[in-house]
Amino acid sequence: MEVVERQGDYLTMSVGPQHPGSGHMRLIVTVDGDIIVKVKPDPGYVHRGAEKMCEVRTYIQNIPHLERPVIIDSCGILFAYVLAAEELIGVQPPPRAQYIRIIMAELNRIISHMYWLSIYGIFMGHSTMFMWPMGDRELFIDLAASIGGTRVTFSYFIPGGVRNDIPPGFKEKALKTFDYFVKRLKEYEKIYFNNPLVLKRTQGVGVFKREDAISLGVTGPNLRASGVASDTRKDEPYSMYDTIDFDIPTYREGDSYSRAWVRLEEMRESMKIIRQAIDKMEAGPVKQPMRGQIKGKVGEAFARTEAARGTMFYHIVSDGGKFPYRVKISVPSFRNLIAMSHLLEGNRLADMPVIYWGLDYWPVEADR
Amino acid sequence: MSESNSVEKRILESLKSKFGESILEDGWEGALAPKRIKTFASREKIVEVAQAIKELGFDQVISQGGTDYPKDDIFKVNYHLIAVDNEELKPIILSLATKLPRNDPKMSTLTNVWRSAEFHEQETFENFGIFFEGHPRMERLLLPEDWDDIPPLRKEFTLPGR
Repeated sequence: MEVVERQGDYLTMSVGPQHPGSGHMRLIVTVDGDIIVKVKPDPGYVHRGAEKMCEVRTYIQNIPHLERPVIIDSCGILFAYVLAAEELIGVQPPPRAQYIRIIMAELNRIISHMYWLSIYGIFMGHSTMFMWPMGDRELFIDLAASIGGTRVTFSYFIPGGVRNDIPPGFKEKALKTFDYFVKRLKEYEKIYFNNPLVLKRTQGVGVFKREDAISLGVTGPNLRASGVASDTRKDEPYSMYDTIDFDIPTYREGDSYSRAWVRLEEMRESMKIIRQAIDKMEAGPVKQPMRGQIKGKVGEAFARTEAARGTMFYHIVSDGGKFPYRVKISVPSFRNLIAMSHLLEGNRLADMPVIYWGLDYWPVEADR
Repeated sequence: MSESNSVEKRILESLKSKFGESILEDGWEGALAPKRIKTFASREKIVEVAQAIKELGFDQVISQGGTDYPKDDIFKVNYHLIAVDNEELKPIILSLATKLPRNDPKMSTLTNVWRSAEFHEQETFENFGIFFEGHPRMERLLLPEDWDDIPPLRKEFTLPGR
């Protein structure tokens, strides 16, 4: 932390852009004693102009760089792009590819939530909770890597399907992991969610009222922790989500504790979804063959999907060429950022790490 | 029009009865697709139209952005709206577009209608140089403080070496 200025009893400090745990963003915080009076978020330290880069690359070339903003949820950020691009290119993925996409998207959701959970442990000085999810996360990375070929950045979704089929023996390996992890989640609950330290530091801290969460445009688990059952997988089912039976965990309290619960429950639901997807999948092709230069038809398309942090949205405008004319990416972290000042103001400085990370704000995703 | 998009049709008709044909940019056919509604408003009318859309139940701005059309000498600004708290409207994305002349890129802010438009409008401001009148903080968000080139998402800004 660095002192920016002093005004009477108020002290303005800069938290970040290099502070432990947050990533590359800065909060300009004014405090009165240890009460936060004003917070001004200052993102942009890792802005790399992804939208401009899209305008000089083809629909396929855009795939690898578009997943860089959020590599721990790389399928989540790509899903909506591929859906919008497919609408412009005019291809439909085969049913098997749609189920494989669900599997990968849900694996990524678990991987992302586990990462979040372990860093949340660090933020509260609970180092066991850093070790456990980080270790268990590797099992899911292994599963995803057996499909996508790399650890985190798969470039696996392509317009017209997915790059390759899932390997033989995936089902057995996945079910074994899930059986282990379901038991493990109960242990997480015991050691972490029912831990007096965690309860004290998160319950009633950073309460988001339902109407505020809606009006500020908050999305994803943060919105669902405030009692709004909004999830694109149910609201506007894409891919094959309408054939799958799952619940949307929703809590009413809107505090940091319920935001953590939503994510824990979502991991259970994700495993439920993958189990069903594996069973429902029938043999068949996994991509639509496309030849020659891929071009989008003149017009525009927009699509949304539910990524780990909330609703991912793409608006692509095409002039009929091989490059998209304009790609607008609206990421959940960017829309959740507005909540930061709203939640921090009036709280104690000591609660800042808990509230900050409780929102699962990912600076690189927000900056694009 | 099929049964499946009767809600979309009803919403568009209600807006049309209030604001007339001007709400349709590409005619009736272009304005409707399953789960999609495309509307248009001139910059003089956009606050009024936005208010009406909000009253119908669209409570969040999911995205807002501009597109540069140097050939037509305009900027197009798109607001994409969703309803997170309305069962009937949940599947729908409504797009509200407007056009601004390139030599006078100004319009009223919609932050008074939807607070969630705040950061999106700031981003459009820095990337296109479009000024939103009445916005609480019309300043840079993502670009470096010392950026002294033209707004980077305008078409005349080319990437060095390309």
